[in-house]
Amino acid sequence: MVELKDYASPVRPTWCPGCGNFGIWNALKKALAESGLAPHQVMLVSGIGCGSKLPDYTTANGFLTLHGRTLAVATGVRLANHGLKVICTHGDGDGYGEGGNHFVSAVRRNIGIVDIVQNNRVYGLTKGQYSPTSPQGFVTRTSPEGAIEQMLHPLAVALAAGGTFLSRGWSGDIEHLVWLMKEALQHRGYALVNVLQPCVSFNRMYSYDWLRPRVYKVQDEPGYDPSDRAAAFVKAQEWGERIPIGILYRTEDVPAYEEKVPALEAGPLVKQPLRTKTAQEYELLKQEYV
Amino acid sequence: MNINDMTFKFAGEAGQGVESTGQGFTKALVRAGLHIFGLQDYHSRIRGGHNFYQIRVADHDIYSHDQRVHVLLPLTQVAVHEHLCEIVPGGGVIYDPALSIDESTLTAQSVQAFPVPLEQIAVDEGGNKLMANTAATGAAAGLTGLDLESVSGVIRDNFGKKGGPIVDSNLKVATAAYEFTRNKYASSFPFQLQGRYSVPPLGGKQAPPRMVISGNDALAMGALMAGVKFVAGYPMTPGSPILEWLSVRSKEYGIVTKHAEDEIAAINMIIGAGQMGVRALTTTSGGGFSLMVEALGLAGMTEVPIVVVNVQRPGPATGHATRHEQADLLFMIYAAQGEFPRVILAPGSIEQCFEAAYRAFNLAEKYQCPALILSDAFLAHSPRALEMDALDLNVPIERGALLSDEDLDRLSGPYLRHAVTESGISPRALPGHPKAVYPISSDEHEPDGHICEDAATRIEQMDKRMRKLETARAEMRAPLVYGSPEAELTFLTWGSTLGPLRSAVDVLSEQGTAARIVQIMDIWPLPVDKVTAALQGAKKLIAVEQNYSGQLATLVRAYTGIKVDALIRRYDGRPMSPEYILNQLKGVR
Repeated sequence: MVELKDYASPVRPTWCPGCGNFGIWNALKKALAESGLAPHQVMLVSGIGCGSKLPDYTTANGFLTLHGRTLAVATGVRLANHGLKVICTHGDGDGYGEGGNHFVSAVRRNIGIVDIVQNNRVYGLTKGQYSPTSPQGFVTRTSPEGAIEQMLHPLAVALAAGGTFLSRGWSGDIEHLVWLMKEALQHRGYALVNVLQPCVSFNRMYSYDWLRPRVYKVQDEPGYDPSDRAAAFVKAQEWGERIPIGILYRTEDVPAYEEKVPALEAGPLVKQPLRTKTAQEYELLKQEYV
Repeated sequence: MNINDMTFKFAGEAGQGVESTGQGFTKALVRAGLHIFGLQDYHSRIRGGHNFYQIRVADHDIYSHDQRVHVLLPLTQVAVHEHLCEIVPGGGVIYDPALSIDESTLTAQSVQAFPVPLEQIAVDEGGNKLMANTAATGAAAGLTGLDLESVSGVIRDNFGKKGGPIVDSNLKVATAAYEFTRNKYASSFPFQLQGRYSVPPLGGKQAPPRMVISGNDALAMGALMAGVKFVAGYPMTPGSPILEWLSVRSKEYGIVTKHAEDEIAAINMIIGAGQMGVRALTTTSGGGFSLMVEALGLAGMTEVPIVVVNVQRPGPATGHATRHEQADLLFMIYAAQGEFPRVILAPGSIEQCFEAAYRAFNLAEKYQCPALILSDAFLAHSPRALEMDALDLNVPIERGALLSDEDLDRLSGPYLRHAVTESGISPRALPGHPKAVYPISSDEHEPDGHICEDAATRIEQMDKRMRKLETARAEMRAPLVYGSPEAELTFLTWGSTLGPLRSAVDVLSEQGTAARIVQIMDIWPLPVDKVTAALQGAKKLIAVEQNYSGQLATLVRAYTGIKVDALIRRYDGRPMSPEYILNQLKGVR
């Protein structure tokens, strides 16, 4: 029986009081425990940024990597040992900015990773610069006249890239977030959990008070069907007065990448012997050159 | 009459089959019991341009091409213009009269003209002008006295998959071209081959089988035998054939290979896989390696074993995409911010490519750090004939301080991934065991893996990591030395320059000058004492390197204080030849 306290760590978070990361962190631990996953069965992979410190504060296998490279490391982790549940926790700058190529590629591969993006729409750890998900016109130290680029709609990008589980949560509704994460943990393939969270220090504009009245649960919308890709594409770009949260798109019909790799049919790679053939069989390699 | 010492050169445009024709003829020569060294030269384009495949033949093991050509097989007029000056007096050009070669330009250079209607023979005998290349190999064999059966055997193997009629047509084409050339020209050609063995259908004794293999293939084979389980890479000439070699065999040998979205992803993927406990490799060239640099530091900091292969080509930037240089040595040693241990092996021969591959995995796991292999384009592409036992597939596998599940079951206290030890090596637990649940971090960390900004811990962990470098240094092998310490000349070299240098030293020895070679393969951490001992007492020390600044000479001087007396270098993208080295030597002696 796995308990929430199994994930507790003596290391205390360094996040600012009121940071949205607390909600995401608590939701994740709860979702893992309620899914019956023990800390040794889980690999948390993160990048660099405030949210990426999450594995350091959690008792579980962890890998705090480089800025932007979270998904690339996690892909290697998953392919080397798909016996473990691989979960990424990283921010919008890490995931959609520096790691943009890895993001699109991970979606296309449908690799078995739960990708939790702690999306506060700003760079927090470097003290407030605009991010790929900051709105146009957002004034920061690196966009003094307001950001010129359009904001990224990550779910729409992921849908266009063939995403199979595209969801949005928000750090102000833990119960919903726990449910969302548990669903993502059940998914076959790549599951994006894009979590809206306030940055209380560097993004005052998009605070709890701004977000709370705008978010609504997409499953409460009459007639919304998360298997309808065209409808999901519209919802994925809905932003402003109303912001949908929940599972916007889901299909379980697409095999995960690791299901299609012949060498993984024999089980997790790390459990397989280094050499799989007899000495005589290997000698045949030389015959190719005669 | 000159027996068993000559060079063939097939030359033409990309897409004309220069490479496949050269490869086929190479196999035929080796099956006749002869030794070969192949040199490929091509442009960064799919069609057109000018490519060649040069095969030096001898009846003993040879380590290099040389610049003299005896038989040129041009597929274009350009090929004649480009290479006529390389043909020795009395040598010849086999060409299709349709190329409209002006014979007088050949005879003016004392080169013999051997027009052979290759395309006509292909059409008449095989029904397809695409078989002109087969005709060319038949003609080359006919001119030089190579058994036709050697060529036919290769045709049967190469075209066997396509079915009987194709094989038969090609055999007829080869035979016709062989007969034509033999009857018309062989008696006037002074360079002849005598296979050491004739092939069984002719009643002879079977030649001992030999492999025709190049550095990339040997390196990939070494990695396979070391138990590589995960390979990620992004295509870049000349490193990608290693990724391809392992990919096409991945299903059969239980390997996961991943053509990643970019080189940054590739190295980060192998770091993830390495941390989980599988032997993981990426392969690239200098440009791709440049992109991998930050992650190299990640592997260093988190103590994850990985193997990175850089098959060098000329830089900077795109440089010469398909050509050769050895100018990444100092970059590889110092790449990435900060200081951390790494191991670098620089093979200089095909056998050493095989050896470097499996040793790199052992060293990476033993010292829990990146192990880098520094190969180069010339080594990667140039085939040589090897005895079957030259590559011993029963390679040792050493996984270092790796804790088993049983070890971890017995663990009483908390597991410390970065425990401080005398050797600097911390016993390693793979994620997944309930008693060893831990994070690793690219941030500086405590012994238990948690992020830490404390000054004393920083010093302790830095010292611990850097101690591994000193532990590794003791294990690094002495330079390989060819020749006597009494020699008048000592050449210091690394990588594939070894081959041409060995041929040059043989020539010097015939001319009465004793010379020796000191080749450094275990290049980092530099085994300073062993290198010093090898160079001690050198009468005249000359570094021979395929780069502008003499990077090995710089390294050796920095760490041993020994300064070379002279430097022979090349940076035009073309590999050194024995003639080039001997010419340059005149300027520095």
